[in-house]
Amino acid sequence: MSVVNTAIGTGHFDGLSKSSSSVSRALPFEKHLEWLRMMVLIREFEVRTMQAYQDRKIGGFCHVYIGQEAVAVGCIAATEHADPIVTAYRDHGHALARGMDPKYCMAEMFGRIGGCAKGKGGSMHMFDRDNNLFGGHGIVGAQTPLGTGLAFGTKYIDEVLNKGKNRQVTLCFLGDGALNQGALHEAMNLAGLLDVPVVYVVENNGYSMGTSIQRGTTMGDQIVAKAGAYGITARQIDGMDVLNVYDGMKEVIDEARETSRPAFVDMRTYRFKGHSMSDPRKYRSREEEEVYETGDPIAQLRDHMMEAGNLDEDAFKAMAKEVRSEVKESIKWAEASPPPSVDEELYRDVYVEAWGPYTGTTEPEIVRDAGSSKGEG
Amino acid sequence: MARIIEYRDALNEAMSEEMRRDERVFLLGEEVAEYDGAYKVSRGMLEEFGSRRIVDTPISESGFSGMAIGAAMIGLRPIVEFMSWSFSLVAADPILNNAPKMLYMSGGQYGCPIVFRGNDGAGGQLGSTHSWCVEGLFSNVPGLKMAIPAFPADAKGLLKSAIRDDDPVFFLESERLLAFSDDVPENEYVIPFGQALVRRPGTDCTLVSFGRPVHFCLEAAEELAKEGISCEVIDGRTIRPLDIDTIVASVKKTNYCVVVDQSWPFGSPGSEIASQVHQHCFDDLDNAVGRVHSADVPTPYATELEQAYLPNTHRICEAVRATTYNA
Repeated sequence: MSVVNTAIGTGHFDGLSKSSSSVSRALPFEKHLEWLRMMVLIREFEVRTMQAYQDRKIGGFCHVYIGQEAVAVGCIAATEHADPIVTAYRDHGHALARGMDPKYCMAEMFGRIGGCAKGKGGSMHMFDRDNNLFGGHGIVGAQTPLGTGLAFGTKYIDEVLNKGKNRQVTLCFLGDGALNQGALHEAMNLAGLLDVPVVYVVENNGYSMGTSIQRGTTMGDQIVAKAGAYGITARQIDGMDVLNVYDGMKEVIDEARETSRPAFVDMRTYRFKGHSMSDPRKYRSREEEEVYETGDPIAQLRDHMMEAGNLDEDAFKAMAKEVRSEVKESIKWAEASPPPSVDEELYRDVYVEAWGPYTGTTEPEIVRDAGSSKGEG
Repeated sequence: MARIIEYRDALNEAMSEEMRRDERVFLLGEEVAEYDGAYKVSRGMLEEFGSRRIVDTPISESGFSGMAIGAAMIGLRPIVEFMSWSFSLVAADPILNNAPKMLYMSGGQYGCPIVFRGNDGAGGQLGSTHSWCVEGLFSNVPGLKMAIPAFPADAKGLLKSAIRDDDPVFFLESERLLAFSDDVPENEYVIPFGQALVRRPGTDCTLVSFGRPVHFCLEAAEELAKEGISCEVIDGRTIRPLDIDTIVASVKKTNYCVVVDQSWPFGSPGSEIASQVHQHCFDDLDNAVGRVHSADVPTPYATELEQAYLPNTHRICEAVRATTYNA
């Protein structure tokens, strides 16, 4: 029997240099504190999410972001709030980092009316119009043409409708598994051809479910070459250090905004937990995980801030405590939120103009103006 | 006032008028700009609207469909031209998983006002891969609307409605009808969705169809009239929403119904209409609803086989005779 090496090993971050810019260091320390708090919030939120899933309060598929917090937090900090964001199904971190109240995110997973999508989307489909988050998308790679289109759209609005200059950049997150989907390659070709200001951020955690990047992707150690083939500038960024993420992404995003061109980032990261809640992680070793856990993004920033004298142990503990109670509150709030009413919600939002339930096998009366309150039966 | 123009020019007028009216509307697809449209539907539009609004794309249906959906989510109103609906199958994920579900999955936050349009159906000896009638596949999906005009005036009026619609519309044209000329009103007009049209009044049997086979039904009705069978021909015009009211009213009068649908029989708009007619007219029917479809085989190439495969006047006449006990 041949032995297949299914793991990525311990060299996932080898050869990565830090971003040349260090604008993050010049920011007031309150900014760093804000990022630290957000990473702690995402971590705590995801821990509670796992518990709630095990308690069967959350159904379906559920993918937690633990280990990757610096990516969403650093990238989104480098955007303007009006810049659209679209992502894949491991999306709780992006929603929170974009400003979604944790209670709306939790209630969505609980399938409650208070959820960000009224309980109609679930864990993989977080949408937040107020925060310009265009989903959470469950099909691997599906969000990449959408991201290209969001950027095409903002540019069209700025330049064709408003006769001005392009002002916005779209961040399109994807996992390394999406590298192998045709949709991404079509999206990148279109973005390259049509000068679309979209930044594809590959959250390269080394595994698409249980398949290591070497097993699923040609040239897995130099995926930036794939963007190069579409005339798109690309770079690698160490995604475990939020300051480094911010520094690198600020440059990438500013340039995309200025040139109105696409960009591609191989953002190296590591997910500390399984692909989903049902993953026993047999494809990698505990030893490998322990190596990467030493690069915990929260510990990195915390230690940096402590060394700089901007944070002490007590302040960190106090913050963590505050975050714990915020997340606890979100769970209480989600539990208190009622499930969506079948009468009111089952048939609502199918069409902008509601036209009511399917009538083929019910009463011989055609419901033309069925509002949401006229549920079938 | 009306003038006689081709179906393709009616489509062109609808798009051009809506693009003049609303700068958010733009057209993208393969060969829509420099080439003037693979079937000349967008002839002259690049010249009028420029390359920012008439956008040539590479052969990437999945990519450009998804891109257009993203643009629709952020407030634009794209028209996506598929050279053929047969090519939309590689874009199944964006057009079925994103466009019609976005509003629901986002809890009402993001709509998707987009039109996908192109040639649907067989008849040109293109073989099976290029001869899809997608209405059978796609009308199954809630959240989308589907129009399938048979006449130039409807093509124009329905396409204008489609472009103004806030929901995704699948607009099914026919290559075999593009050069068909007929009256189209001079004045601006739109045709609302969900309103079938009685194309020919009759008393003995209701013929229900949509798209190109409507023309075969009209021919069959002419033929059957010579035998003393008076057919009422209903042109459904849209499949979603389906105007079952008009169909039911007709069947209650004629007591017989034959549905003519160019898609395959299993799980099709035809089977759905038959089921609904049985449901709504159970006590009025004097026989089970008859159905004429494309044969349940991949579309053949040879002319003789292809013509036998498609719904045609002969097969429709046979079905009406059988259904009305005149066989």
